[in-house]
Amino acid sequence: MEVFSDKLDVFWNGFLGTVQMCLLAAVGALILGALVAVLRISPIPPLRAVGTAYVTVFRNVPLTVVMFFAAFALPLLGSDASFLKIPGLRDVIKPLGTDLPYFRFATIALTLYTTAFVCEALRSGIGAVPLGQAEAARSLGLSFTQNLRHVVLPQAWKLAIVPLGSVIIAMVKNSALAAAFGVIVTLMGVVDELVSQQYYDAVPVFLGVAVGFLILTIPLGLLLDMVERSQKKVATR
Amino acid sequence: MRLTRIAAVAVVAALALGAAACGGDDDKSSSNKFPAGSTMAKLADAGKIKIGTKFDQPLFGLKGLDGKPAGFDVEIAKILTKELGIKDDNIEWVESPSKVREDYIQQDKVSLVVATYTINDARKEKVSFAGPYFTAGQDILVRKDDDSISGPESFQAGDKKVCSVTGSTPAKNIEQYLKDKTAQLVLFDVYSKCLDALKAKQVDAITTDNVILSGFQSQNPDAVKLLGQPFTREPYGIGVKKDDKQFRDWINDVLEAAFKDGRYKTAWDATLGTNVKMPTALTVQRY
Repeated sequence: MEVFSDKLDVFWNGFLGTVQMCLLAAVGALILGALVAVLRISPIPPLRAVGTAYVTVFRNVPLTVVMFFAAFALPLLGSDASFLKIPGLRDVIKPLGTDLPYFRFATIALTLYTTAFVCEALRSGIGAVPLGQAEAARSLGLSFTQNLRHVVLPQAWKLAIVPLGSVIIAMVKNSALAAAFGVIVTLMGVVDELVSQQYYDAVPVFLGVAVGFLILTIPLGLLLDMVERSQKKVATR
Repeated sequence: MRLTRIAAVAVVAALALGAAACGGDDDKSSSNKFPAGSTMAKLADAGKIKIGTKFDQPLFGLKGLDGKPAGFDVEIAKILTKELGIKDDNIEWVESPSKVREDYIQQDKVSLVVATYTINDARKEKVSFAGPYFTAGQDILVRKDDDSISGPESFQAGDKKVCSVTGSTPAKNIEQYLKDKTAQLVLFDVYSKCLDALKAKQVDAITTDNVILSGFQSQNPDAVKLLGQPFTREPYGIGVKKDDKQFRDWINDVLEAAFKDGRYKTAWDATLGTNVKMPTALTVQRY
């Protein structure tokens, strides 16, 4: 157990790494997921097909494989994902700026993968918005875009927030896989560093990693419960 | 200290005679060409032995589909058991991962360990070593068209990236040569990913034992090249019970004899083959 007093900084750095990756991936997946969901419900068939194809591919391929392609196929295509080196953001989220692109590769993979699930969660929300709402909006002369932006999506977000929360929690846990693809400074990377390199006992280290993930995921779950309760209040009002 | 050629030949002759005598007679007591009470005598009398080796180390000890390990370690062990007059079928191979090797020797779970076992002082506190029968070294693999890396010093400028495996000794060794660890050291769980990263130009080099790197080079002769200048020395020894000097000396004698009469080369060619260049001399450490 002395690993906690000796190596708290290693756990802390790993925790920060996971937080940074998850924040980026969550924001990215929510935005992209909304876009793909819009594609899937759009009135233009080719766009619908694109959306459907995206979800079919990324929802049905294991994340390990997506990560592998991001880490080893992107560079073959000549990209080291430097488009993610966004000025400003780079200074807050340090790994984005470093020369090692594997943090960016893993973030891209996690984002693309989670996007598919966000899209489906959103679509379930959109489906739950009473049809009359969209029809009413259309009869008022709103275009498809206006309809989505002002009428359907705002309601859909609320209805989808609980499944979305589950998707994000799953994403936080999925981020553990990045450790196998060159991203050492994450919670799971702590295991490699402390157990295989410095010969600490595995059980306490994994306990620490579990606690790290719980610190991230439990507040998320509590937030979801709160949202759910407030929604019930709205429903019964 | 090295045996003279004549002495070595004499040892070989004596051992060969002993083995022949033992093979010719089923009476167990007659196999005692070894000093009474020695580990060799006990093992030869028993006619069976437990040997610790790795089951997951390609080229050295890798368990095959037939359930038996194969590799250079295994062949070296068989040279020894033949000298003891033990048939291959009577060898019990015990999987001995790095962490348990000392324990297995101390608890008599195995009589000897041949398992890519690096000789070092910390381990000599617990067990004794015969050998080394092989010297590995950490080397560097680079892309074939890249002449900018000549050794570990090339990483000091800070613009070259190097790949290794998480938790490995090579990863730890290379750290001292790096200017900025977080920007230069890429770690994966397996070396094959490092190879992909090297080919995709995301890293400039891979570093680990020359044996592993040689394997990669032989598979990808057009894409990568090995610097061939090991900057560490990892002497692989044969672990025996601490202070069993008699047994240790005997193993050293056999190793030297086997190197001279070609049995060592046969074992090498059958397992390491052309992946690794065979050394011109074998120098055991007698202490």
